[in-house]
Amino acid sequence: MTLELLEGNTAFAEAAVRAGCEAYFGYPITPQTEALEHMARRMPELGRVFLQAESEVAAINMVYGAACAGVRVMTSSSSPGVSLMMEGLSYIAGSEVPVVLVDVMRGGPGLGNIAPSQGDYNQMVKGGGHGDYRQIVLAPATVQELIDMTYEAFDLAEKYRCIMVVLTDGNLGQMMEPAELPPMQAVRSKADRPAWSLTGADGRRPNVISSIYIDPVIEETFNRKLMAKQAEIEANEVRFREFMLEDAEVAIVAFGTAGRIAQSAIRAARDEGIRVGLLRPVSLYPYPYARVAALAEQVRAILVVEMNGGQMVDDVRLAVQGRVPVEFYGRMGGVTPLPEEILDQIHRLRALQPAAR
Amino acid sequence: MTEMVETLIYQRPDSLQMVHTHYCPGCTHGVAHRLIAEVLDEMDIRPITIGVAPVGCSVFAYNYFNVDFAEAAHGRAPAMATGLKRVSPDKIVFTYQGDGDLASIGAAEILHVAGRGENITTIFINNAIYGMTGGQMAPTTLPGQRTTSTPLGRDVEVHGMPLKMCEVLSQLDGSAYVVRRSLHDVPNIRRAKKAIRAAFEVQQQGLGFSMVELLSSCPTNWGLTPQESLDWIKDHMLPAFPLGDYKVHSALPGGRRDDVAADEG
Repeated sequence: MTLELLEGNTAFAEAAVRAGCEAYFGYPITPQTEALEHMARRMPELGRVFLQAESEVAAINMVYGAACAGVRVMTSSSSPGVSLMMEGLSYIAGSEVPVVLVDVMRGGPGLGNIAPSQGDYNQMVKGGGHGDYRQIVLAPATVQELIDMTYEAFDLAEKYRCIMVVLTDGNLGQMMEPAELPPMQAVRSKADRPAWSLTGADGRRPNVISSIYIDPVIEETFNRKLMAKQAEIEANEVRFREFMLEDAEVAIVAFGTAGRIAQSAIRAARDEGIRVGLLRPVSLYPYPYARVAALAEQVRAILVVEMNGGQMVDDVRLAVQGRVPVEFYGRMGGVTPLPEEILDQIHRLRALQPAAR
Repeated sequence: MTEMVETLIYQRPDSLQMVHTHYCPGCTHGVAHRLIAEVLDEMDIRPITIGVAPVGCSVFAYNYFNVDFAEAAHGRAPAMATGLKRVSPDKIVFTYQGDGDLASIGAAEILHVAGRGENITTIFINNAIYGMTGGQMAPTTLPGQRTTSTPLGRDVEVHGMPLKMCEVLSQLDGSAYVVRRSLHDVPNIRRAKKAIRAAFEVQQQGLGFSMVELLSSCPTNWGLTPQESLDWIKDHMLPAFPLGDYKVHSALPGGRRDDVAADEG
């Protein structure tokens, strides 16, 4: 294994290049711009497509167009830019074309700031755009995971013909740490573009890619098809990581950067003899409800730590169904919590009375 | 007894599907569709052509053309066409857009495909009104024109003046061919077809962005008969939206310029 010191934004962009991404359309926004800059240099060098769009609205629709042509295509952005993409994402979901999006979240709402945040959990995990659809959302906690998830994202997007989101924050985007890049895959040849893609109706009936079903009954049938696909995703793609959970009497549930910081707090607590562990959801959709439910059978209390005002905590409470106390600790607006703050919360939780079983 | 010889001189182009129309009686969308289809047939590019449909009355354009089609969000067809063309430069990509789609909600997208000299063709249907939503003001609605959202007529003090897209887009260096034609009578329909052919040829030659604006009718929402609508184009739209060649790339054959003289004459 050859480790290099890699910056998150550049690393995920290069991982996409190596996954055979044939086109990148984006718009500059901090804290993800290094990804766009990497693509601006790399894609033309490899004879692939890079285009800086006039807006995120245009960027996602360029992605939509290229996806209709059956190529591996992606964009990346940060919170306010991703908000502008919501219209396009809904259309993409309604057309079932595979697309990869990396969202490097920052503080909000509004223009907010450029500091790391997890404030867009609800937007990305619960939908965001209009209509009934879900997108697969993976949350990395290290630069290596950011690389690996972006690399795999194209396969998942194509497998389910869906939107594949890698949801990270400005910490990972801007951070440099040792990681390894995956091997280079060739781009798909023109002859291998999928049968449904728009390649010209030469010797076949025309292909039409659309998200319009004017008859409500037919639209509902399409919605049911999406639901069936979601059920398949929920059955196959649940992912999570555990840390020191075996004997834990208190559990922390945290994703991405918050989960990584919680690990430091857990080590400190263990030094004090406190039996605490971490469940880190990696797939935020599909969410690991069953694992969280099982955790409620093991521990006395659960602490949810997020870099927002409390968004994923709703999913934890849904899984726990009141069996143990679920406490929340969050920092907002681009503030990253320190391990000491989380350790204080572990102390507070430990003092809680055991829940009635 | 002499044998009758039948010569077929008019038939459905291969590029059109055999389907019933959903367009209103007297609407010129059907004419525009047919002209595009005839051009695709005559240039023998139907099998490599990809269309991008708008939102509006022509949202179902893909039901009529016998070519691959994508359906864009309102106004985003130029961006979608950009994505398609960039990864398939060997294909012919066109957008079909109405005035609300192109000049209002999609103003940014059309401006930037022209600015980039994106090698796509846009057919722009200007009928000075929103058709599908039931007759509201468009960015091309004429001063004083009554619509359901300007019930007393378009007051330019409130809503401003109509946008003239050929005039705007022809100013951009990336535009290779930007012309305005009309569908209100046969001579103009014939000129419109020539322009559509020229626009697709511009794309074939890789010269940059090409757009043909077609002044069109909307009898239903104008509250006029089909014939009155055609007269309304002539009497009211032509003065506001002068026909002509607003941008013609210097690499194009001089023959194209004859159209200008015809229009001006």
